[in-house]
Amino acid sequence: MEGQSVLQVRNISKAFGGVQAVEDVNFTLHKGEIFGVIGPNGSGKTTLVNLITGFVRPDSGEVLFKGKKITGIQPHKIANLGITRTFQIMRPYHSLSAFKNLIVPLNSPRVRRSRGGKLGDRDGVAIDILEDIGFERDARVPYKTAGSLPLGYLKRLELGRCIALKPEVIICDEIFSGLSMSEITSMIPLLERLQMEGITMMMIEHRLRELFRLTDRVIVMNFGQKIADGLPDEVMEKKEVKKAYLGRET
Amino acid sequence: MPRTVLIVGLLLLPLILDMYWQRVMCTAGIYAMLALAFDFLAAYVGLVCLGGALFIGAGGYISGLLNAYLGWPPLLCIPIATLAGAVISTFVLLPCLRLRGIYFAIVSFMFPLFAVYIIVALNVFGGTEGISALAILPNIWVEQYLILGMVVVSLFAIRRLVNEDIGLILRGIKDNDQAVRASGISITAYKTKAVFIASLMGCFGGAYLSHLYGWLGLSLFAMDFSILPIAACVMGGMGSLVGPVLGAFILTPMSEALRGFGQLRVVLYCLILIGFMVYKPEGLMNYIERKYHQFEHWEEV
Repeated sequence: MEGQSVLQVRNISKAFGGVQAVEDVNFTLHKGEIFGVIGPNGSGKTTLVNLITGFVRPDSGEVLFKGKKITGIQPHKIANLGITRTFQIMRPYHSLSAFKNLIVPLNSPRVRRSRGGKLGDRDGVAIDILEDIGFERDARVPYKTAGSLPLGYLKRLELGRCIALKPEVIICDEIFSGLSMSEITSMIPLLERLQMEGITMMMIEHRLRELFRLTDRVIVMNFGQKIADGLPDEVMEKKEVKKAYLGRET
Repeated sequence: MPRTVLIVGLLLLPLILDMYWQRVMCTAGIYAMLALAFDFLAAYVGLVCLGGALFIGAGGYISGLLNAYLGWPPLLCIPIATLAGAVISTFVLLPCLRLRGIYFAIVSFMFPLFAVYIIVALNVFGGTEGISALAILPNIWVEQYLILGMVVVSLFAIRRLVNEDIGLILRGIKDNDQAVRASGISITAYKTKAVFIASLMGCFGGAYLSHLYGWLGLSLFAMDFSILPIAACVMGGMGSLVGPVLGAFILTPMSEALRGFGQLRVVLYCLILIGFMVYKPEGLMNYIERKYHQFEHWEEV
C-alpha cells in the first residue's frame, strides 16, 4: 500500500514562549491514505495542523508537498496548492446561507484555474457539493443561514468548504467531536468516498474507535513529541501510548 | 416600491427647501457618503474604520490643490481627487489591515490627526490658514444634484456589491477570516479592495466639500467626519446601508437646527445616540423594514 509520498513533515518544531508545542516531529503522508493523528489534549496536534497549513510558522524543520518546500508560504497560497483543512472550532460564515458559504472557496484562484479562468454557475456547483455531503437537495437547509444550522450540518459544511477547493490533501481537525454516534456513522462513508476519489486525508481525532475504522496508519503525539507510529492496533499496545492515555503503565 | 419612495424623496428634496437648507442638504449628502462607507466596512467587512476625516481630508486637499495650483475646473478635479485620494488613503491604511476590530479603529482614527500635525509642522498646502477662493461649482442645483445623485448611485452600487461574490467573500472575512484563508483566498487583497471602495466614497465627499465652500483647510480633517457617520449608522441601523444614509439626512439638519446651542450640540448627539442604543438598538431602518414586512404579510392573509 506504500504509495508515493504527498506530504512530508521533517523535524518540525514550534515553541510558544516556554512551551514546546511541537518538537522534532517527522512523518510522511502517502497518496490516497487516511492518516490518523491521536494524542491527549494539549499534545500539539492542532499546532501540527497549523504548521502544515501555514497558519503558524515553525521554529525549525520543514514541510514538503510533493517534494516542494511549503514552509513559510502564506496560508491561502498553501490552500491553493491543494492542502485544505477544517477547523476544530467550527468556523462557518454564520451570516451567509449554507450554500453561499461555498461561494468563497469557489472564488479561489485554484478553482478558477481548474475552470479555465471562468467562474460559471457557482450557485449550482455549491448546491451540488452540499447534496454530495448530505444536505438534502429538496430541503430548505442549504438556504438557511449557516449560523442557524445544527452541529452535524456545520461539520459537513466544513468538509464541503474543503471539497469545493478540489483538494489533494484534506486535514480534518476533530471532525467527529461533539457528534452523536449516528451522525458519525453517516459521515464515515463520505470520508471513505473522498479517499476513493484519491484525496489524501489526515485526521486528528479523539474518537479512537471510529478513527480506527478508517485509518491505515496513525501517529501518537504526547507533549509535542511523536511517541509512536504504525498500525492502529500495534500502536495502542505500546507502553508509551498507554502511559500517555492512562497516566500509568498497565 | 420603498426604493422609488427613497429615490424620488431624495431627488425632490432640493425643490422644496430654501437656499439655507439646500446648503445643509449638501453637507448631509457628504455625511451620507461617509456613513455608507462606514456601514459597508463595519457591517460587511468587519473593519471599524474611524478614518472618515482621512478620506475627506485626502479628497478635499487633492481636489483643492489641483484647482488652486493648476487651475483645473472643479468638475475635473473632483473625479481625479476621488481616485487619487482613495489610492492614498488605501495605501496609508494598508499596513493596518492586519489589525482587527477596535485596534483598526484606533489606528485609523489617528491618521487624520497625523495629517493635521504634518501640515502645520511643514507649513505646506496653506498651513493653518488653508487656501481660500477655490473655484466653486456652477450653481446650487448642480451642487445639490451632484451629491444626491452620487449618494443614490453609491447606495445601490454597494447594495448590489454585498450580494455579489466579492461581497460574499468580504462578509466571510467578517464572520471568519481564518476560514477564508483556508479556502485559498488572500484576505489582505480583499480587505484592500473594500477599503479602496469605501475611500472612493469618502474622498468624493471631501473633494466635493472643498468646492462647495471654495475653501480648503485643516478642518477637512475634523473629528466630525469620523464620528457623525457612526451616529448616523447607529440611528439608521447598522448593516442596512439605507439606514445610515437616512440617519445622515436626519442628523445633519438636526445638528444645524441646534446650532444655537454651540458646543452643546455634541452632548445632544450623544444623547440621541444613547437613546437609540437603549430603546432601538436595531436602528430606524431595520425597525421599519420589520414592520413593513409584517404589514405585507398581514395584507396577504
